[in-house]
Amino acid sequence: MTEGYMAAMPANAWNWVAVWRRNYLAWKKIALAAILGNLAEPMISLFALGFGLGIMIGRVEGTSYVAFLAAGMAAVSAMTSATYETIYSTFARMRGEHTWEAMLCTQLTLGDIVLGELAWAGTKSLLAGTAITLVAVTLGYAEWSSILYSLPIIALTGLAFASLAMIVTALAPNYDFLVFYQTLVLTPMLFLSGAVFPVSQMPGAFQRIASFLPLAHSVDLIRSVMLGRPAESLGLHTVTLCVYAVLPFFLSAALLRRRLMS
Amino acid sequence: MVAIDFVGVTKSYGKRVVVDGMSFTVAPGECLGLLGPNGAGKSTITRLLLGIATPDAGKITVFGVPVPARARLARGRIGVVPQFDNLDHRFTVRENLLVFGRYFGMSKREVEAATPSLLEFARLEHKADARVAELSGGMKRRLTLARALINDPQLLVMDEPTTGLDPQARHLIWERLRSLLAQGKTILLTTHFMEEAERLCDRLCVLEQGRKIAEGRPHTLIDEQIGCQVVEVYGGNPHELRSLVNPYARRIELSGETLFCYAPDPEQVLMQLRGVAGLRLLQRPPNLEDVFLRLTGREMKD
Repeated sequence: MTEGYMAAMPANAWNWVAVWRRNYLAWKKIALAAILGNLAEPMISLFALGFGLGIMIGRVEGTSYVAFLAAGMAAVSAMTSATYETIYSTFARMRGEHTWEAMLCTQLTLGDIVLGELAWAGTKSLLAGTAITLVAVTLGYAEWSSILYSLPIIALTGLAFASLAMIVTALAPNYDFLVFYQTLVLTPMLFLSGAVFPVSQMPGAFQRIASFLPLAHSVDLIRSVMLGRPAESLGLHTVTLCVYAVLPFFLSAALLRRRLMS
Repeated sequence: MVAIDFVGVTKSYGKRVVVDGMSFTVAPGECLGLLGPNGAGKSTITRLLLGIATPDAGKITVFGVPVPARARLARGRIGVVPQFDNLDHRFTVRENLLVFGRYFGMSKREVEAATPSLLEFARLEHKADARVAELSGGMKRRLTLARALINDPQLLVMDEPTTGLDPQARHLIWERLRSLLAQGKTILLTTHFMEEAERLCDRLCVLEQGRKIAEGRPHTLIDEQIGCQVVEVYGGNPHELRSLVNPYARRIELSGETLFCYAPDPEQVLMQLRGVAGLRLLQRPPNLEDVFLRLTGREMKD
């Protein structure tokens, strides 16, 4: 039985790169449109929410609302891009397009495939998160140097959400199920995690829930970097995000093995 | 060392036994055909062989490598042509080979070195930079075959390689497969085409409901199981006709609306039937279709 689970684990430390490169090659063909989308989306939401609401709200936690929101949006875009990549594109490669089926006949293990897909989703979130940070820096809401520090946090956030979404992909019987994850898990998390308003404004019970949500940890980290604040509980935030990236990987690999390799 | 060794392999899904105590071997350089209708367990045997499915009981080795324990090593020596096209439709022919070669740990340079001869083999030299979506069904299948050869496998596993192709495309695939056999490759072929089995396979395993019901060389199977001429009768009332020819036939099978009369002396049968109006008669040598009909009591084309 343990033999079987080993088959669902990565064969070595580099096999997954072949899967990542396959996805990169497919993405490269539509790269220009993808990058424009990555830049346009944050600009639109920063303008609309930031200036629209910003005028009414004024300052939040000692900074302008647009700057406060920009940091939250960077984390949110890492979350959504990694999630969408995993629950839609990866799901399609696993099911309709039979890409995984072909991969399973090669020297890749299921673990290699899952790891490659997660790394790719992490890359996509890095692109999306960096685009927002760039927009924020260009508009003067963050320091140039903050881009450098926010990159690893955005990547880690992407990995954590890709990993969580992989569980959903592994369990999903159809596309409807994927929509539930989006509306019942991601959207509430967006509002509970301090991305658009401070967690401190919520009742105590909600604040306690927020302390378990990966997005809340990501928002705290990215905001302190982008607004140049001293980072509080840097270790706790990082460890939490790492746990969210690693544990669901093993769980989803086991679930996918049951689904695809029985 | 044998190429494939299945010993008492059993696999069930829930209460349904899909592969039931299956044993067979394939010698290097041999083409073994697994012959059976849909649901006979052919595709599951392929999955078991690749270590994608785990058997409930029994032992599988591929070139002496135990599967699924060391399936990844075994898969390095196997090329797979799946039943349903799973090429990357967004990519060109060349890119498909590149991406697939990387799954075997090959570098871009290694794949590019192998690509021209693979394209030539698949007769796709002129399509190297065409997208898969632009290819015909036969071309896609030939690309799948070229892709299966990227890792220079000793064993090819083909799941119904010509299903859904027109006759011309099918003959080209058969011709390519024969040239692979001439190169010394081993082939495990699952099919429900009798003609394909007869043309390509050195040996056949006839499967039904996950069990092997006969095994042997195609012509040996035909001689052993049938061994006489066949008269096919279309039209008329099969039950009345049956009693008419019964004394002259060794065996009579009714399948659908066709009566199959197995007769050592077919002239006798034909003479009896020539008087009956509205019949179409066909005398022919026996084939694997007859073997299957005899063994399972039904026709293969289901």
